[in-house]
Amino acid sequence: MHFDLANIQDILSNQDPRLTERLAQEAARITRQYFGRAISLYAPLYISNYCSCFCTYCGFNNHNHIPRLKLTADQIEQEMQKIAQSGIENILILTGESYQMTPLSYLKETVLISKKYFSSTALEIHPLEEEEYRELYLAGADSVTLYQETYNRSRYAEVHLAGKKKDYDFRYQAPERIARAGFRQISLGILLGISDLAEDLFALFSHLRHMEQTFPGVEYSLSFPRLRQIKGKDLSLSRIDDISFIKTICLARISFPRIGINLSTRESPTLRDHAIELGVTRISAGSNTSVGGYSTADPERQNPQFDIADSRSVPEMLRMLKDRRFDPVLTDWRRIDNT
Amino acid sequence: MMTVQNDNLIIAGKTFTSRFLLGTGKFSSKTALAESIAASNSEIVTVALRRIDIDRHEENIIQYIPKNVTLLVNTSGARNAKEALRIAHLARESGCGNWIKVEVINDSKYLLPDNAETVKATELLVKEGFIVLPYMSPDLYIARELVAAGAATIMPLGSPIGSNKGLKTKELIQILINEIDIPIIVDAGLGAPSQAAEAMEMGADAVLVNTAVATAGKPQLIAQAFAEAVKAGRLAYLSGLPLEKISAEASSPLTGFLYE
Repeated sequence: MHFDLANIQDILSNQDPRLTERLAQEAARITRQYFGRAISLYAPLYISNYCSCFCTYCGFNNHNHIPRLKLTADQIEQEMQKIAQSGIENILILTGESYQMTPLSYLKETVLISKKYFSSTALEIHPLEEEEYRELYLAGADSVTLYQETYNRSRYAEVHLAGKKKDYDFRYQAPERIARAGFRQISLGILLGISDLAEDLFALFSHLRHMEQTFPGVEYSLSFPRLRQIKGKDLSLSRIDDISFIKTICLARISFPRIGINLSTRESPTLRDHAIELGVTRISAGSNTSVGGYSTADPERQNPQFDIADSRSVPEMLRMLKDRRFDPVLTDWRRIDNT
Repeated sequence: MMTVQNDNLIIAGKTFTSRFLLGTGKFSSKTALAESIAASNSEIVTVALRRIDIDRHEENIIQYIPKNVTLLVNTSGARNAKEALRIAHLARESGCGNWIKVEVINDSKYLLPDNAETVKATELLVKEGFIVLPYMSPDLYIARELVAAGAATIMPLGSPIGSNKGLKTKELIQILINEIDIPIIVDAGLGAPSQAAEAMEMGADAVLVNTAVATAGKPQLIAQAFAEAVKAGRLAYLSGLPLEKISAEASSPLTGFLYE
């Protein structure tokens, strides 16, 4: 089913709890039909917090005076060993957006290390040129996550004050470059709390539909990160409440029955445990959002990208999923040499 | 009671008494899967190689599949023939045998198979000694090419994977049943035991079901229901269905004049 902007606005502003329940019932039905009770698990790994951008809402922005770190190859290896020991097979590698401090060569080296430990490697990095994406794909990365943050151009300009990220179009066109480079999975998303939710959601759906039509072979997923406090500081511009958040997930599921929906540990255990009934199909577990947070950095001195709300370990998540009659999926890819 | 003797399904020289194949995705637990295999007496079970954890980080799905059941590894995730080949090689290296269900899909929205790449993959894998069961969109020309390529069966879809829509491609599958001499296994889209029975009544040799079992309230019960529907449909096919109308119409507006 396709929603137009007016539908989305109506649904998000409608206060009737019965509408929320109807949406949830429909989303849950579709999710069970296409995904059964399988939920995939992944872990994020932050390898650098250097950033040349000034995004007013982000803890890594270059005006924020935090110690800057970049893991060495040995440290990356150490962190990956720690994550792999927990049984996680899908890793999401993240950086700040610094073309200088985390150049292509560094990213490629990271992918090559990742191949040793994980069956699937996803990247959440600054947007690149097609040829650069292709190099990372050939090195063994399978998936790229790139959020437009907001599709509203004027809002985008207001919150992205410096750095390459100011270039709206270079970012907007990146998913097409990623697809042409050969990647098999692409995650798109918006940051909830920086602009009008209905407008952004509609624009995101339009972007995804365009991508599906242009590159039908790619597996797509969506994420809806809500702006969170960073070390207790609230950087969001407007609050997206739980009801709107759940409606957002339901609208995505009803609009795109087969796409993956990701949910990070930004959200609370209660919310995550319910969201997997409604449409979320991939969740992170045992996450640490600080550079070197798994094994190398002193826990007292970490500077996370956001404060984690769900600190359950991988075994705890596995137990929760089984208790709720879900089949936790750790292995969902067998690496074949990308060509 | 009349029984049908020796009505076996033979694929690549191997004899099966069950004509119901079960897929292993989307179950709520591996126990539910094992119970469904047992309840349906299925003798061929498909598993995606991508879901087999060789490093045993999680309970290995293979352990839940009885030894006497033939493992049919599928190439889920392959976007072209080349990738299907690599996955088949990895499956063989992982000790999963040489039965391979070729699944080449380059459309994540409908998950419809790419017939041309499927033919290519089938040709190459047969040459390498694999027993190949290709999943395909029902098309007579493609079916003939698959036969020529050495496919052990063909597996036309009833409707898109996971859609539970039933035999939307019925007429096209009927043509394949009429014209193709290797076993035809209707795969994908069957949402109810009655639809499985319908496919068998038409003369399909077997059916494969996954979603409708895995996502049902009581998987093992519906697995058994599917298996029995398949048997019922098969018996009806062997018997021949009675004609829908056996009496003449009472009035004959076009030919009545001949008898006046």
